[in-house]
Amino acid sequence: MSSAEPTRRDFLYIATGMVAALGGAATLVPLIAQMNPDASTIAAGVPIEVDLTPIAEGQAIKVFWRGNPIYVSHRTKKEIEEAQTVDVKTLPDPQSDADRIKKGHDQWLVLVGICTHLGCIPIAHQGDYDGFFCPCHGSQYDTSGRIRRGPAPANLAVPPYEFLSDTKIKIG
Amino acid sequence: MSGHSPQDYGLNAWPNNLKTEDGKPYTPQAYVPPHPVLRWIEARLPIGGLMYGTAVSYPVPRNLNYWWTFGGILSFMLAVQIVTGIVLVMHFTPHVDHAFNSVEGIMRDVNYGWLLRYLHANGASMFFLAVYIHMFRGMYYGSYKEPREVLWILGVIIYLLMMATGFMGYVLPWGQMSFWAAKVITSLFGAIPVIGDPIVTWLWGGYSVGNPTLQRFFSLHYLLPFAIAGVVVLHIWALHVVGQNNPTGVDPKTQKDVVPFSPHATVKDMFFLCAFCVVYAWFVFYIPNYLGHPDNYIMANPGQTPPHIVPEWYYLPFYAILRSIPNKLAGVAALFGSIGLLAFLPWLDTSKVKSATYRPLYRQFFWIFVVTCILLGWLGSKPAEGGYILASRVLTAWYFIHLLIVLPLLGKIETPKALPLSISEAVLKKTGTVAALVGIVALAGLIASSPSARAEDAHEQPKPPGQKWSFAGPFGKFDRAQLQRGFRVYREVCSNCHSLNLLSFRNLADKGGPEFSPEQAEAVAAEYKVPDAPNDAGEVGERAARVADRFPPKFPNDNAARAANGGALPPDLSVMAKARGYERGFPLFVADIFTQYQEMGPDYITAILTGYEKAPADFKLPSSTTYYNTYFPGHAIGMPPPLSDKQVDYTDGSPTTVEQYSKDVSAFLMWAAEPSLEQRKRLGFQVVIFLLVLSVLLYFTKKKVWREVH
Repeated sequence: MSSAEPTRRDFLYIATGMVAALGGAATLVPLIAQMNPDASTIAAGVPIEVDLTPIAEGQAIKVFWRGNPIYVSHRTKKEIEEAQTVDVKTLPDPQSDADRIKKGHDQWLVLVGICTHLGCIPIAHQGDYDGFFCPCHGSQYDTSGRIRRGPAPANLAVPPYEFLSDTKIKIG
Repeated sequence: MSGHSPQDYGLNAWPNNLKTEDGKPYTPQAYVPPHPVLRWIEARLPIGGLMYGTAVSYPVPRNLNYWWTFGGILSFMLAVQIVTGIVLVMHFTPHVDHAFNSVEGIMRDVNYGWLLRYLHANGASMFFLAVYIHMFRGMYYGSYKEPREVLWILGVIIYLLMMATGFMGYVLPWGQMSFWAAKVITSLFGAIPVIGDPIVTWLWGGYSVGNPTLQRFFSLHYLLPFAIAGVVVLHIWALHVVGQNNPTGVDPKTQKDVVPFSPHATVKDMFFLCAFCVVYAWFVFYIPNYLGHPDNYIMANPGQTPPHIVPEWYYLPFYAILRSIPNKLAGVAALFGSIGLLAFLPWLDTSKVKSATYRPLYRQFFWIFVVTCILLGWLGSKPAEGGYILASRVLTAWYFIHLLIVLPLLGKIETPKALPLSISEAVLKKTGTVAALVGIVALAGLIASSPSARAEDAHEQPKPPGQKWSFAGPFGKFDRAQLQRGFRVYREVCSNCHSLNLLSFRNLADKGGPEFSPEQAEAVAAEYKVPDAPNDAGEVGERAARVADRFPPKFPNDNAARAANGGALPPDLSVMAKARGYERGFPLFVADIFTQYQEMGPDYITAILTGYEKAPADFKLPSSTTYYNTYFPGHAIGMPPPLSDKQVDYTDGSPTTVEQYSKDVSAFLMWAAEPSLEQRKRLGFQVVIFLLVLSVLLYFTKKKVWREVH
């Protein structure tokens, strides 16, 4: 019987089995979907506004967006110069400073403060490159948040943001 | 399993006595691993053989009827409860301040959270429904008799564990019924002489039911289902040692009397399980709150006991037994005794004949016992007063008389019918059901028509009239315009006193709700002020609300709300439409299952809002700050008549009358209480259709599989 043509009986068995399997698969949908962010979490994840006026030159503040730390750094002239003069081709993750800031707002660096290695928060104004130093596994970032040394594979991410005015940004 | 069989100890268990047709010992087909890898594993861990022997080649009597499928259904329900329970725990917060709201968060925000919670809550009821059928089947066919005594006792242990688990689970949502169930059930242990009080304190973890109680119940509610699963393994193990009973109660003798478990029993179980799931789905998708109690949508309040507390339906018969005895210790003893006695059934029933099919007297008494249990359940749901108490006492007495006197006596005096020589020879006839039905109807009629029971109706208040709701029935949908009007009424009138704490502004734009545009929802939010995050100096200011925010409470705390409202606390309205109801009465409450009546809340709210009248001459209002309302329990309501004609402007030309306002705001509150209603009914239709199709397919598959046997 095993190699013979499918009979009508086999068809019934196959149809029943397939419908049952379909139902089993559909049952998994809610069981999996429930672990995704719920409606309140999504609603709370809307953009936030940050007032830049209290941030002095040379200061970096940390704000939270969607539960993640965001660095807003008011860079000094020296920091800007260091970020712009480095030979981009020599970097592990080549990217120019201009691509990491908003045009005309050179002094403002906005970064997701999460090390691209394994998720710790790098400390601002530390390390050999004047930028960020991750205490967990020793990754070092420069004044543009680009990876320079250590195990991290990529530059610190730039979150989506825009300038609402010269002194106010919207992150998200 | 070192080769010992029950026969080595002198016990007659049929699987080892089974013969082939030519009289040789019958051995079920052995497992042959179909693949070298499986053979390699099998040599080291014979799990394939264990599973094959348990679920495939294991012989079962060929004459098992559909009542025997409930064992499989119970295993399925246990799995459903464990899976949905583990998932719900991911979103539940076991803390007195957060439990109620986290359950509402599951209902409103978690993806398919409403489905998972309703599956779990109604799953408990389906689990108990199945276990009661399973137990009564065991009683009817004498399945507890030798050699199945241990099997039966394990079942009683599982049932006890289920009761404990179900009770503790009911406490977790921390509603009014949760709290007072915890209080009453734990207080049962206070009846124990001398050490009762310390035990109760120990159970509570404090001087009253509180956060420690909730947390330990949560922990145990998670643990016990796995304990149940463990005992179920023992139950099935014991079953496979002694073999299944069957409708004749006569052991299978030859191969002709049995079929292999798979595919025969498997496909039959699956068919009936699928049909059972149609009932389950009906409850989950169409009447999810039918078996619950409105009071449990009110957050636990240790300072106020609801006027009429009842346990979940599956505990009602035992609750009736407890209340029927006017002495604390004796009542508690009767309650536990009524369950504990079941474990002794194998010895209380002295008849050697197992199946009621061949015991004409026992069959009548069995059905009387079933009716006794059902009526005790009905009485358990009634207030403990008047004729109900007398009826409870009579039936409680009969419960014990049946187990302690009738069963032992019957075995001595009854003359059983001639047993068939073998299963194959047995011709099963349907008899006895008519007599039983007559008995049920007679007993039910007797109680319903007894003067004491009807005396209660005299001082009952009028029931809220049933309104026509667009969201009623299997295809119900909210009327968007009505919800928008209702929101207007809430905002301009109700919100002056009542909060809507569980709703967020974004919900106004959600699909299946009033469906305001996102811009409209934003505009509504902007009109409200909420506390801002502390600034650098630590000061907390205010900011305009955003759509993600919840409707801010009207008053900073309950006392402020009371002070502003003449001493009466205006309740939060978020789940009001599910937190109010009224006694439907017999036979309406049975019909409600089929008509899918779930609009008790909005009917009640509309009735209250339109029910203000001048107090009748013979009615004295208790104080000058109360008002006469026809539909409010006790008639004296603290809320002044909130609505008057032309009070709220409607832009869509709907009548600006109190009646229209009342209906609109009731509909709005129904949505606020059950925002997933439309999604639920839509998905329900798909699920029920699917289950019906699968049931039909499984039925024909079952017929094909069984064709050779019949």
